[in-house]
Amino acid sequence: MPSGVPLAIFLLPFFSFIVISFVIRPFLNSKPQLSGYITITSIGTSLILSLWVLAEVSSAPGHMLSMPDYEWLVIGDTVIRFGVTVDALAAIMLIVVTSVSLLVQVYSQGYMHGDPGYSRYFAFMSLFTAFMLGLVLADNLIILYVFWEGVGLCSYLLIGFWFHRPAAARAATKAFIVTRIGDFGFLAAILFLYFKTGTFDIGELHHLALAGAIGGTVLTWAAIGVFSGAIGKSAQFPLHTWLPDAMEGPTPVSALIHAATMVAAGIYLVARMFPIFASSLTAVTTVAAIGGFTAIFAATMGLVMNDIKRVLAYSTISQLGYMMLGLGVVGIGVANDAISLEVGLGLGVAVGIFHLFNHAFFKSLLFLGAGSVNHATGTFDIREMGGLRKVMPWTYATFLIASLSIVGIWPLAGFWSKEGILDHAWDHQTALFFLAMITVFMTAFYMFRLVFLTFAGEYRGGNAGHGGASAHAPSLRESPLMMVAPMGLLAILAVISGWLPVSSFLGGKSESFFGALAHPMAWVSMVLAGLGILLAYALYSARWLSVESLRRRFAPLHTLFSRKYWFDELYERVIVVRVLVDGIFALLNWFDTRIVDGVVNGVAGGTIAAGRVIRRLETGQLQVYGIAIFIGVLAIVACFLIFG
Amino acid sequence: MDFPYLSIIVFLPIIGAILIALLPHADPRRIKLTAAFFTLVTFALSLSLFFMFDQSLEGAQFVERASWIPPLDAQYFLGIDGLSLPMLILATFLGFIAVLVSWKIDLRVREYFAWLLVLETGVLGVFCSLDLLLFFLFWEVEILPMYLLISIWGTGRKEYSAMKFVIFTLAGSAMMLAGILLLYFHGGTFDMMELAGMGLEGAISTLLATAIFFLLFIGYAVKLPVFPFHTWLPDAHTDAPTAVSVILAGILLKMGGYAIIRVCVSIFPGVSQDYAVLLVALALVNILYGAAVTFRQRDLKRLIAYSSISHMGYVLLGIFALSQVSMTGATLQMFSHGLITGLLFALVGLVYNKTHVRDITQLGGLARRMPIIAVVFSVAGLAALGLPGTSGFAAEFLVFLGSFKSTLVDGIQTYAILGIVGIVLTAGYILWLLQRVFYGPAKAQYDGVPDADRLERFTIFSMVAVIMLIGIYPAVLTDIIKTGVSPIMASLGL
Repeated sequence: MPSGVPLAIFLLPFFSFIVISFVIRPFLNSKPQLSGYITITSIGTSLILSLWVLAEVSSAPGHMLSMPDYEWLVIGDTVIRFGVTVDALAAIMLIVVTSVSLLVQVYSQGYMHGDPGYSRYFAFMSLFTAFMLGLVLADNLIILYVFWEGVGLCSYLLIGFWFHRPAAARAATKAFIVTRIGDFGFLAAILFLYFKTGTFDIGELHHLALAGAIGGTVLTWAAIGVFSGAIGKSAQFPLHTWLPDAMEGPTPVSALIHAATMVAAGIYLVARMFPIFASSLTAVTTVAAIGGFTAIFAATMGLVMNDIKRVLAYSTISQLGYMMLGLGVVGIGVANDAISLEVGLGLGVAVGIFHLFNHAFFKSLLFLGAGSVNHATGTFDIREMGGLRKVMPWTYATFLIASLSIVGIWPLAGFWSKEGILDHAWDHQTALFFLAMITVFMTAFYMFRLVFLTFAGEYRGGNAGHGGASAHAPSLRESPLMMVAPMGLLAILAVISGWLPVSSFLGGKSESFFGALAHPMAWVSMVLAGLGILLAYALYSARWLSVESLRRRFAPLHTLFSRKYWFDELYERVIVVRVLVDGIFALLNWFDTRIVDGVVNGVAGGTIAAGRVIRRLETGQLQVYGIAIFIGVLAIVACFLIFG
Repeated sequence: MDFPYLSIIVFLPIIGAILIALLPHADPRRIKLTAAFFTLVTFALSLSLFFMFDQSLEGAQFVERASWIPPLDAQYFLGIDGLSLPMLILATFLGFIAVLVSWKIDLRVREYFAWLLVLETGVLGVFCSLDLLLFFLFWEVEILPMYLLISIWGTGRKEYSAMKFVIFTLAGSAMMLAGILLLYFHGGTFDMMELAGMGLEGAISTLLATAIFFLLFIGYAVKLPVFPFHTWLPDAHTDAPTAVSVILAGILLKMGGYAIIRVCVSIFPGVSQDYAVLLVALALVNILYGAAVTFRQRDLKRLIAYSSISHMGYVLLGIFALSQVSMTGATLQMFSHGLITGLLFALVGLVYNKTHVRDITQLGGLARRMPIIAVVFSVAGLAALGLPGTSGFAAEFLVFLGSFKSTLVDGIQTYAILGIVGIVLTAGYILWLLQRVFYGPAKAQYDGVPDADRLERFTIFSMVAVIMLIGIYPAVLTDIIKTGVSPIMASLGL
């Protein structure tokens, strides 16, 4: 394989961005559909090249291809290089990013049809994909950070795509700033690692960490700094608040953000830096604890939301928590020497990334399904839906498959990777295992609450527009083929992606198709999931139980969940507004105008005032001056006489 | 002597100014074209020096030397090295840009452009002088045109702000002059290169060396500006015409940073090291305090002015972290900030010209009305918050990296980490600004407000291009800057 191939995977979508922004948008604005074609062609080509890379990697010794790198900046003995890394992890991520992105772009052609920002949309989507690919390929921390920020930029641009909506503008700003708080730690960790080791190269850092050349405390702090970046990007507690608001962007953007780009970057980063993490028990315990806690914490909020995209957003946060948990618990095993280093390093990456891989397909499918539902009903509020099963059979079928997959029903994709995580949690961190099990139940409940409220029963919407409820509003119909076809493909992937030997390719182990059912763990989690589905059925479809009475009984909890534990209020109203902007910043501003500048003006005013007083002495009358001179001479003489 | 490039570059603008003053029945257009021509040629010449500059050499190039005041041994001594060349290019580029952004000036056009060009000669002289007396002279040249430009063509409390600028600068200059004279009495020369090379610190008492260092430093700190000498800046910016804001933020502040490296650190490496912790702490105050106060500003120009104070803190941090990478980063930050903030002021000028509003709370939804200005403003804002791919990232990253690696300053890593907090705050106020001014529903009162016209687009696009170029390939400048920084590092024993 020519060494330019991995570079081309990144450059193709990047050039698509350049061509759309600088050629199509200014000069061919009457043919916006060209932007979509160029995006799809370039990302499609990237996908083909990614498959080529995958084939090359799987036949390479150690699943690792060595690539040339280049000097970017040299100052004294500080050399910053850039180059690409191509190993199993990168190859899998390339496939995830290009394939999900490609399908999302095809779908977007239908979804964004007629939007005045059509070209801008595809330009940003191309750039988003390009930066994510660059991030995956980067072989050192600086270049990775560059793309890391680039991915953040694109999500800012896309979340705020409809910038004239105040909510979208606010959500975009929030996403950027919240993730940047995490990036602060990441950047500090990069510098700290460089300070201690003199290199940015990821491979070299791993080598040094495993050889014990970096001190334990250094590794712990560096890993925690890196992890804080991942917390921000992957929306883990306590920096999770930006993701639910991020749905102000167009729905296909959410599909991409939640599946293959942006939030995936955080998981990827921890996987990429896994040897650093696994060298510090404190670091991996932190990862596991944050992941496990986030999984259940986000799930509780997902239980009560009424916006279909918001439920899906919390489910993403929760699933990302699972991935972190998987990475963390295997890391704990390695750090405790329960798993040998050679096995553990590959295993950790495999456990975490396998779930990312499967999640990418079913989660993007769920979002595209939500977009399809919205295309028909014009709302995201599940209270305004119902009965869509009949009019949107394809959307319904694919959404159902994706829901079963995320819940973890054998033999769908989600089952395989979730089992891996639960297994290892059981082995290495029992407390977190129980949290994860409860989360399985909650996941099943909130996903099927969505399914039943959206697709089962009778249509409840259309009240506002059509004056009175009608079973089938005229606008209700299945989305066009352009949108349904990608959903169909993703549905196939949501079934079979778990059967692919991704886990063993990354260095983990693969279960046999039926062998997985021999584990009691699989049955426990599936029974829990079944109970969740049953409860949702009882409440929202069969109506055996009254939702109202249940809500009343658990009113305090319901309020707690639906108000999102008041984190938005805490961060935005209390910390940002009260403490910072209206508190400390206002105080400093007062200090600046009153004290610092006040002294300046005071000196100036004092000089003028003094001048005004002294001026009175200059009367122009010689007698007065004469008396003054006389008194002065007397004073001098007196001084001489007294002091000698 | 070779072809006198530097003299021509320095004096071309003032020749242009004289020509403008003498032009018979000058119509405004001809005056503007003349000013544009002279500044463009000046820029082209300084750019040609970039290509002729020998990157393998340390020390001054294109040297011109002549005896000037023989009894004092003062010389007409010009030359540029790796530190001054980027500043020269920045100053000539922004000089040209300043003429372009002044295109809509219609009050006393002839005087306006004449003074603008005199101002340019003053700053170019500062960056090219290698003789302290000459340096001081050029430093003072800038005051009169600045005073007139602000107080005649400004807005708001313009007389107050102009006078404040003059008094602060003169107070700083008095200190500097005292420092320069003390240097002359003890070193016996005004030659900066000679002073830097003679190891003066060892020859005089520590107390005296420290005193001279701080006399000079305070003179330059007023310009940079360093807390607590900064309060003239927001006032001057707020009330100055757009082009003057561009030059003020883009060039005049950099005279402070440049002089600190060129004079304070080069001549007193030992004192710099002794007081590095104090000065780095001061840099942190600039960064964090400046950012905090920025959040509270409602006037667009005032907001950018305070953000400048914060960004100049990175320059101070980079300089007194005393490592090659950090000082290279500091110089790059000066160049980068000059472009970014110059662009921001140009854009604020455009917004104000078209809406006649600068109060952020009254603006809103402008992206619909002026998409191009909104896009470029966003790019400039993202560059200011240090997004990779822009010069802001390259510069600030080098400052952090160099600070982290520095071996001469105790506890510098902690300061560097605190400095990184600044980039989070910057993201906060920049994005909040964009959100309030450009996003949200379009307001009816701004219906029919035009976007940037062709000349304005050319101006702002060209600045964006340079910002991106430096961001993507910073080695264009750092390869030059490091040749200027190396001798200083050598004098620090690195």
